[in-house]
Amino acid sequence: MKDTVDSYVTADGRTIGGVMMEMRNITLRFGGVKAISDISFDIREGEIRAIIGPNGAGKSSMLNVISGFYHPQEGEVWFRGAKRPTMKPYQVAQQGIARTFQNIALFEGMTVLDNVMTGRLNKMKVGMFGQAIWKGAAEREEVENREAVERVIDFLEIQAIRKTPVGRLPYGLKKRVELARALAAEPKLLLLDEPMAGMNVEEKEDMSRFILDVNDEFGTTIALIEHDMGVVMDLSDRVVVMDYGRKIGDGTPDEVRNNQDVIDAYLGVSHD
Amino acid sequence: MSADFLYGIEVVINGLMAGVLYALVALGFVLIFKASGIFNYAQGVMALFAALTLVGIMEGQVPFSHLINAIFGTDLHYFGWTVPALLAIAVTVVIMIFFAWAVQKFVFRHLVGQEPIILFMATIGLAFFLEGVGDLMWGSDIRTIGLGLPQGGSLWIEEATASLGGDDFYGFFLDKLDILATAVAAVLVAALVAFSQYTKQGRAMRAVADDHQAALSVGISLDFIWILVWSIAGFVALVAGVLWGVKSGVQFSLSLIALKALPVLMLGGFTSIPGAIVGGLIIGVGEKLFEYLVGPLVGGATENWFAYVLALIFLVFRPQGLFGEKIIERV
Ligand SMILES: Nc1ncnc2c1ncn2[C@@H]1O[C@H](COP(=O)(O)OP(=O)(O)OP(=O)(O)O)[C@@H](O)[C@H]1O
Ligand SMILES: [Mg+2]
Repeated sequence: MKDTVDSYVTADGRTIGGVMMEMRNITLRFGGVKAISDISFDIREGEIRAIIGPNGAGKSSMLNVISGFYHPQEGEVWFRGAKRPTMKPYQVAQQGIARTFQNIALFEGMTVLDNVMTGRLNKMKVGMFGQAIWKGAAEREEVENREAVERVIDFLEIQAIRKTPVGRLPYGLKKRVELARALAAEPKLLLLDEPMAGMNVEEKEDMSRFILDVNDEFGTTIALIEHDMGVVMDLSDRVVVMDYGRKIGDGTPDEVRNNQDVIDAYLGVSHD
Repeated sequence: MSADFLYGIEVVINGLMAGVLYALVALGFVLIFKASGIFNYAQGVMALFAALTLVGIMEGQVPFSHLINAIFGTDLHYFGWTVPALLAIAVTVVIMIFFAWAVQKFVFRHLVGQEPIILFMATIGLAFFLEGVGDLMWGSDIRTIGLGLPQGGSLWIEEATASLGGDDFYGFFLDKLDILATAVAAVLVAALVAFSQYTKQGRAMRAVADDHQAALSVGISLDFIWILVWSIAGFVALVAGVLWGVKSGVQFSLSLIALKALPVLMLGGFTSIPGAIVGGLIIGVGEKLFEYLVGPLVGGATENWFAYVLALIFLVFRPQGLFGEKIIERV
């Protein structure tokens, strides 16, 4: 059983390590609405973990809890063996957790390049006064950051739109730029909220390939929410299934697919 | 060249110099508005407060002395020392940064996500509060700033330019203090632009201005950026307060001068840094030139209203401001 061993090697030869992130008995309420009810699951080093479920199941809420945008009323978040205190989103980001949003949150007024560059803000060490006084170090840092950003831009094949203001880009490319910005931070854990929503088949294939490559080449741990079951089955190592704020399944794609609760949830409730 | 034309140029130069100061004050507004959506009505009172604080520190005045004397029956007014200008400026800057921190911590942190009108009302409250604190700390007398800045017309410029025109032209008359104020304001404007374009914090500032959620996700602390923009606004207020205070004394009317930035913002757009700069220059030159050319025909004193009329006319034709994107209503 995978859950009891410390690390294992997948069929395609990737090594999955021990537990990186653990959610323990998380409950999140908005007034009377229970968006998440007593959910526990973990994310292992190096794996691609999917969160699925019908609309309104609480998937985005869970991602928001992990990234510090929402704070659960009950439960604990453990990161790399330590209980995480209540953190603001920027503190979570500084811990090496990057994310994208279901509704895309880009800097619309900036170019693609500047957007991706903001992903490096946390990597910049030289501060406000250092930059004024210590010009050499600031310049060296700027060059390093530019190089890192260009690598990400090449990797995601968005060289052609480097200088385009993001506001003018079509939806599919915006999603890709948002991924680029998250990657520029060189995160340990990458959270993707429906990275392929609203894309055509070809765009979905590209995005799937990028996600696999990121995981494979950089060893980045990824948690993603996705509605397209085909994509989920292809990409993920393990899947959490949510419905009405509860967890109704957790396991490999095959295990989950054959779980009766999951089948019922998906037959009974409409989703896109 | 005819003397009238040359005097016209002198008017334009004077207008540009006034305009740089308007631009500086407008920048204080723009930075806060961009980063937090707050229109800071207290900007003018901040200038007054900063100038009062600077004078008080330099003269070694005991802060809150009235209050202290009333409570403890003492008779304190002055420490009996004077503080050098540079040190006093440094202390004032620290106080303005503390003010920025306090504003964020005690007011706006609790108003995150509120309607813009509520944020605006909060700044009105802040303005009255700060005015009261200023009174309580430093008293309400009219003060003069003794920074030893040069004043009066620059003879050197007057003589050097006298030969440009004929016998009826005596050279450009430019006030030394205005020249200095222009230089200081220009440097500060350039520094602010460079700061927001090229530094880590400047980038973060622009990111926050664009999208709060996205800024959070790349690890920017909104609290920090808001304290930063309020600190910058406090610094701008200090400079503006001093430059105007030297001219007309540090008194309540100082806080109204900041409202001169309002037409500048209407012209330049509330979110545009280049807009604030160009808008400031246009208003400065416009009002001086209008007073020079049309003023005598209508009995003068056009400088009081010209900027607002210009801004209103502008608003009708380009509500988004000089550099704003065209507003297209989506239906
Ligand atoms: N900020 C919020 N305030 C109030 N209620 C919220 C908030 N965020 C989420 N909810 C509620 O929590 C529940 C779960 O929402 P959530 O967005 O997490 O679902 P989801 O699984 O991501 O759905 P979808 O597939 O549509 O994105 C919903 O009932 C939603 O209305
Ligand atoms: Mg969602």
